[in-house]
Amino acid sequence: MSLHELVLGKLTWSAIPWGDLMTLGAGVSVVVIAIAVCIFITIKKRWKWLFTEWLGSLDPKKIGIMYIIIALIMLLRGFADALMIRAQQALSVGDMHGIVSTDTFQQVFSAHGSIMIFFVAMGLVFGLLNLIVPLQIGARDVAFPTLNSISFWLFAAGMGLINLSLLVGEFSPAGWLAYPPLSELQYSPGVGVDYWIWSLQIAGVGSLLSGINFIVTILTMRRKGMTLFKMPIFTWSALGSMSLVALAFPILTATLFMLSLDRMLGMHFFTSGAGGNPMMYINLIWAWGHPEVYILVLPAFGIFSEIVPVFSRKKLFGYTSMVWAIIAITLLSFTVWLHHFFTMGSGANVNAFFGIMTGVIAIPTGVKLFNWIFTMVRGRVKFTTPMLWFLGFVVLFTVGGFAGVILSVPAADFQLHNSLFLVAHFHTMIVAGVLFGFFAGLTYWFPKFAGFKLNEKLGTYAFLCWLFGFLTAFVPLYILGFLGATRRLDHYDSSLGWQGLFIVAGVGVLILGLGVIFQILQLIVSYLQRNQTRDLTGDPWDARTLEWATSSPPAHYNFASLEEVTTRDAFWETKQKGAPEPRYEDIVLPKNSYVGLFVAGFAFMAGFGFIWHIIWMIALGLLGVIVSVIVRSFADDTEYTIKAATVKKLEEARAARLEEYA
Amino acid sequence: MIGVYTVLLHGKNFQLFSTEGIIADQEKNLIIFTVLLGCTIVIPVIIMTFAIAWHYREGNTKAAYRPEWSGSLVAESIWWIIPTIIIGILAVVIYQSSHALDPFKELSSSTKPVRIQVVALEWRWLFIYPDEKVASINYVKFPVDTPVNFTITSDAPMNAFWIPQLSGQVYAMSGMSTQLHLAARTPGDYRGSSANISGLGFAGMNFTASAVSKDEFTTWTDLLRSGSKPLDKEVYKGLAQKTCDTTKYQFKLTDPNLYNEVINKYMDPNAALGTTGGNDASSEGSEPKNCMNKTIVSSVLEGEQ
Repeated sequence: MSLHELVLGKLTWSAIPWGDLMTLGAGVSVVVIAIAVCIFITIKKRWKWLFTEWLGSLDPKKIGIMYIIIALIMLLRGFADALMIRAQQALSVGDMHGIVSTDTFQQVFSAHGSIMIFFVAMGLVFGLLNLIVPLQIGARDVAFPTLNSISFWLFAAGMGLINLSLLVGEFSPAGWLAYPPLSELQYSPGVGVDYWIWSLQIAGVGSLLSGINFIVTILTMRRKGMTLFKMPIFTWSALGSMSLVALAFPILTATLFMLSLDRMLGMHFFTSGAGGNPMMYINLIWAWGHPEVYILVLPAFGIFSEIVPVFSRKKLFGYTSMVWAIIAITLLSFTVWLHHFFTMGSGANVNAFFGIMTGVIAIPTGVKLFNWIFTMVRGRVKFTTPMLWFLGFVVLFTVGGFAGVILSVPAADFQLHNSLFLVAHFHTMIVAGVLFGFFAGLTYWFPKFAGFKLNEKLGTYAFLCWLFGFLTAFVPLYILGFLGATRRLDHYDSSLGWQGLFIVAGVGVLILGLGVIFQILQLIVSYLQRNQTRDLTGDPWDARTLEWATSSPPAHYNFASLEEVTTRDAFWETKQKGAPEPRYEDIVLPKNSYVGLFVAGFAFMAGFGFIWHIIWMIALGLLGVIVSVIVRSFADDTEYTIKAATVKKLEEARAARLEEYA
Repeated sequence: MIGVYTVLLHGKNFQLFSTEGIIADQEKNLIIFTVLLGCTIVIPVIIMTFAIAWHYREGNTKAAYRPEWSGSLVAESIWWIIPTIIIGILAVVIYQSSHALDPFKELSSSTKPVRIQVVALEWRWLFIYPDEKVASINYVKFPVDTPVNFTITSDAPMNAFWIPQLSGQVYAMSGMSTQLHLAARTPGDYRGSSANISGLGFAGMNFTASAVSKDEFTTWTDLLRSGSKPLDKEVYKGLAQKTCDTTKYQFKLTDPNLYNEVINKYMDPNAALGTTGGNDASSEGSEPKNCMNKTIVSSVLEGEQ
């Protein structure tokens, strides 16, 4: 082993993509933005504030906001990838070769999928859970606040690693699930697949820890009197989703670990030769991957189950059905994974079983849809932006869901698999299902954590752009599927006549981009007008669940006084009957901790070492993770107490503000 | 919008619907059946959603308002039962069609089937006719109205073998053999597609599937047997090199066991074509970055047409 290998492993100057101006430009601009932000913070003298108020905070509300900020920034990155994919496919036909090389194009679509799922959708899920679940169950914190911070920072470290691939090395060209043998060393000798493995691995461990944390939180920390069947549906959906995280993510971790053993140590889990079996990988990755879809979409279902009753000023229709539907979906989501590869030749009975199970999982989903619709019946529906997102969701999700049922018929899937019909289907589910749901949820809960409402007008414009942009971008893909167009093509023959539709799809993405611009404007305008839209009551929508019973934004301790819950829609009931006299008590909360930053920093280091085969870095990183956790476990003074008298004073001040407002 | 699509789609070949093979015909019918079944649910749901949302809008004070109304056993039973019935119907269809259209199932026919062995390479398709003792690259011919029995493997990353107008796709995987049975109803040239990403050149890795008359097929195989270069292990090793070349080539087959030997590369430590372990990285640096210009042409076949 040479000195260079000892110190830097495979890392050389040529790892920086000097020749590829597009990638280099993207990487450099990320660095420039980061430096600019650092300078800004230094000028404003906000470093201390940043660390004590945010980076070291164990307050789930702040951790939630940080998750959402990362997710939204990554949404922009993933969207930029989407623009490039659409531009390439609109322009790379016949003699024209588009805007990037094949290799770059393949990295771009792999990055698009990985980032959108792992760092956008997952980030939104964990962000909103952190913000809302403790409040909604009337708790003051999560079960394991330090672990929560570690989870977040591992997520951030994974995000850092995947973006580092822009500047140092390359990203995986093997698609967002990196099927072997293509992702094995034989066919992908570069570091791209390793970047994919380790950014997902590190973020995935964070997700798993977070999943366990929320299961324990929901099961043990609910307000007195809130039995499971009095729990708000969003919390139920979070419980389902997090159960899936706890059950499915270990599969992902093990699978990625085996793939990395193949690549690093020459093992043969998934190689095509020497006894390896790529089909095993495909089974394992989807045994995680299908539950993952429901990990993302269940919370979105939960969001709509909160929004529709509030804006219809009426109880949720069929609460018990809703709960059982969530439980059924949670269990069934583990019985359908093979529908992702009917074309592997598993045999008629196996295919039929998984096809039928896929149909079966549509039943509880359909029930939920009917219950939402009937929640509006005999209500007073107010068409606020969250409701617009809901209506858009119903239309697109029903159509996309049925496209999924078509794909669930194995013999039909033989013709539609790997086609753009499939791509259009799962984008309908993830964009119109998950993303629309989270946009609705973010609008709905925004005043809770920001203290003021979002601008409705710009929100409506953003929604319209997203709705029509989506239709313009994805209807052509459904049609292209019927024309026989497959996914991931960097180039195609002009004689096929696909270009027109690809151009329409490209226009659609531009409309979606306009939607994103409206959303950014919405944030800015809402911030500037915050004094007119400030939420002093803590309950701007006249809502029903406990998170609205406290101020906006809530105090560190969420609730001053923990009144017993007697019914569903606990806060609505309190408003009808009048709140009892508050009983103040001493409140114990966790102090700040930087252990999450250390664990994630060392994990990042280990990940980078694994990618570039830098052995000292791997050793130091892993050791650092372990030592950080051990050191933290010896810390005694981890909590602080707010005296009852102080709580009383704070709450009285809040009441005074409210009176002034009234 | 409709106008735009009318112009865009005018004269386009909907390969999934303009089927010319008996398997693809049935798959098309299945797609149409499920789409129609879907419409029976999707359209009423969408109409109902907007009708209800509009009727119970805040401004419509004439509509009933019962904020505590939150359940109805009858209503909920209906929407547990109706989807269950629809999925029940679908389950029968799924079970029957999975068996009827199992790609591994031989077609029943009085005509003797043609056997074709398919090897997915990086990045082109090799077709071997073990009975006719010929082979071709990036195009495949078979007689019309005759069952064709494809056995499919790969000497490259996993791919999917797909001729949309004749039948659905099946994965091509190294070290294994999958099967696909189809028959063309009409003579013609059909587009063959490589539907699964298998590396840099997969997008250009298309082939032509020609359904021809029996006589034409016999003439063609005779011509190849007499007038083209032999395909043996050495030539095969050249073919298996990475290339973006999509030219059509043809051979007479001198190694009748070639297909099995390709599979054995991944199974047998003493395989005739050499063994691959899967960890032996190809040399870095020489990797092509772009296959759109088709610049990298394997030297073995220079001038062979």
